[in-house]
Amino acid sequence: MTTMIAALGRLRTVRRTRTTHTRRRESLTALGMAAPAVVLLIVFLAVPVVLAFALAFTDARLISPTPARFVGLRNFTLLFQDPVFYKSLRNTAYFAAIVVPLQAGLALALALLVNAKVRGVIFFRTVYFLPVVTSMVVVSLLWTFLYRKDGLVNHVISTLTLGHVQGPDWLGDPRTAMPAIILMSVWQGVGFHMIIWLAGLQTIPAELYEAADLDGATRRHRFRHVTWPGLRATRTFVLVTITIAAFSLFTQIRVMTQGGPLDSTTTVVHQAVHTGYDQQQTAYAAAMSLIFFVLVLTVSLVQRFLTREKD
Amino acid sequence: MVFRTRRLACASVTALAATALVAGCASGDGGSTSGASGNTLTLWTHNAGNSAELDVVKKIIKDFNGSQDTYEVKLQAFPQNDYNSSVVAAASARKLPCLLDVDGPNVANWAWGGYLAPIDVSGGEVPLSDQLASTVARYQDKVYAYGFYDVALTFFARRSVLNEYGIRIPSMAEPWTKDEFDAALAELKKSGTFEYPLEMGTGGSGEWWSYAYSPQMQSFGGDLIDRDGYRTASGTFDGKDSVAWATWFRSLVSNGYMAKKSGADPNKDFLAGKSAIQWDGSWNAAKNADKLGDDLAIIPPVDFGDGPKIGGASWQWAMSSSCSDKDGAQAWLTFARQTKYFVDYAKATGTLPATQAAARQVDGYQPGGKFNELVEYARTFAVVRPVTPAYPYISTEFEKAAQDILAGADPENALGQGAKDIDNNLRTNNHYAG
Repeated sequence: MTTMIAALGRLRTVRRTRTTHTRRRESLTALGMAAPAVVLLIVFLAVPVVLAFALAFTDARLISPTPARFVGLRNFTLLFQDPVFYKSLRNTAYFAAIVVPLQAGLALALALLVNAKVRGVIFFRTVYFLPVVTSMVVVSLLWTFLYRKDGLVNHVISTLTLGHVQGPDWLGDPRTAMPAIILMSVWQGVGFHMIIWLAGLQTIPAELYEAADLDGATRRHRFRHVTWPGLRATRTFVLVTITIAAFSLFTQIRVMTQGGPLDSTTTVVHQAVHTGYDQQQTAYAAAMSLIFFVLVLTVSLVQRFLTREKD
Repeated sequence: MVFRTRRLACASVTALAATALVAGCASGDGGSTSGASGNTLTLWTHNAGNSAELDVVKKIIKDFNGSQDTYEVKLQAFPQNDYNSSVVAAASARKLPCLLDVDGPNVANWAWGGYLAPIDVSGGEVPLSDQLASTVARYQDKVYAYGFYDVALTFFARRSVLNEYGIRIPSMAEPWTKDEFDAALAELKKSGTFEYPLEMGTGGSGEWWSYAYSPQMQSFGGDLIDRDGYRTASGTFDGKDSVAWATWFRSLVSNGYMAKKSGADPNKDFLAGKSAIQWDGSWNAAKNADKLGDDLAIIPPVDFGDGPKIGGASWQWAMSSSCSDKDGAQAWLTFARQTKYFVDYAKATGTLPATQAAARQVDGYQPGGKFNELVEYARTFAVVRPVTPAYPYISTEFEKAAQDILAGADPENALGQGAKDIDNNLRTNNHYAG
């Protein structure tokens, strides 16, 4: 930074007369161009976040004749006595713990496959990417039908095992509901991260692979010592984005199970929307969001710390 | 220099946004009335996707606008799914229309929230006392809304099937008892013809759960809340009668009488012969009669001990409290109270006309008509859902408890947790006083 300013300073001494005027114009233009985005960010992001934090300490409701009153930590006290909230936390953690490694790993495997220089590779890239560009609501509705007791998934299972195995009612059974949603979510999201990995793979210079070949490295060694270190920045990005996406699990739950059966698929975001909107308890939902925010922030900071540049 | 400009930029943008926001809020607080400009009144309805019912609303508006020169009512129709949230959003922005329709069980909540104003429609052609009790919404002894129709819950079955298995076809005077009903289901199940002999629409969601199953709980002697003052659900929602209902409800699934989650179109499954007995609404009566003719049996609800019960109250008309021309809104509400509109509504929507005078003019619903018994159910068995601002909350808790019970939760625990949540909600809201 300092060197840059010093450099700018040197430039300015050379062409001072012209620059002051042009610079002012430039910064005004920049200001004008940034303004719409900044205003939108403030109105639709900063203000709601601040409001949510403030609301968490009141008794605000969606419909109420009386204005919101300050109630201190009451919402949080109630929240920590709410058994469903603990189930939501547990389910969210469970979902993230499975989805993050599974989706990242699978996406990397796919990226390595479609990075190969063979005919028809564009076709496979498109196919793997297809679920990503489909709306999650549509995907969830379709999979709800696939997962029915008499749905396609169970037909396939029954046919493959020659009728010996009858699949369960995937979304209706507390034991299989979450795994079923995990599988679908990974299927839907894996293409996006495949593209990110692919971009990372293509930034690794080909000379490194040539050098490795000359040194007689095996495929595994090549991956271990060339590809993996070369993907360092991509890795962090993939990890952080999947984690945040996994924590905010909502659409699939809302469409497919509404948190059931027996709270086996309720998540923090789903519970917040349900209590805040369906049950009209705005302040209680705000308290839940506040805790969720702290949680995601903590996890992101820990990840950031673990993946920092170690110099 | 670079940094100073940037800081200046940030500061000015922030200031700009803050000013805009404050200005926005200020102008929002300013207007305390809405829904009318000049002599034009706005009217909101939930049936944008239901052209038959919408046409009736349009006709009433056209007749009203033509009948006098003082007021002009303007229609705005919303899809049902977005209707309630649109009203809530409009109320927060103080932009409610003068006239709006409201689902019966929500009236108390909206009246308490200050959305609705009491109405006086005493000058109308049809007196309120002529209507089915469930079609007039009162809260704290004031009338807030009235509806042109109601719907009734009933069992549908095929006479031929019931006769084949030696099952008595019950009447209003002598409905099925719990034992008789269980025996009938066992008999039907044993035959092997039906995978699930009973169809109760367990694949549905939202208000259907409270509407369809809480009357059965009430027939067992339980209820959603202690209706004396509406101050606590403990001992009622999770009382022994409610637990008895929950245990029975669960047994339907564990005995294989009913699917834990029924198909996308339960009525189609019934008509296709997949189920023998369907618990459904009067809205499918005409369709079933078309398909099955005289073989269709319309069967009153089971008497589980405390008499047969069904839910009451459907969509009703109300006036917003922020309406700037209340006289105009009342004039419309009074004008609409003509028997011919009660008839039009019932004919267009296949619902039960709210007055007997109207019922006499609707084919099938006149005394002795094949659907008249449904009107009698609404007159005799209907229990309105608890008239308390807490109802929307109670309803979501009942839905969750009932779904958990079908999924295998312990009935006592599921209802106990629900009662605790409802009591917490009542307490934190100061029991919805003022």
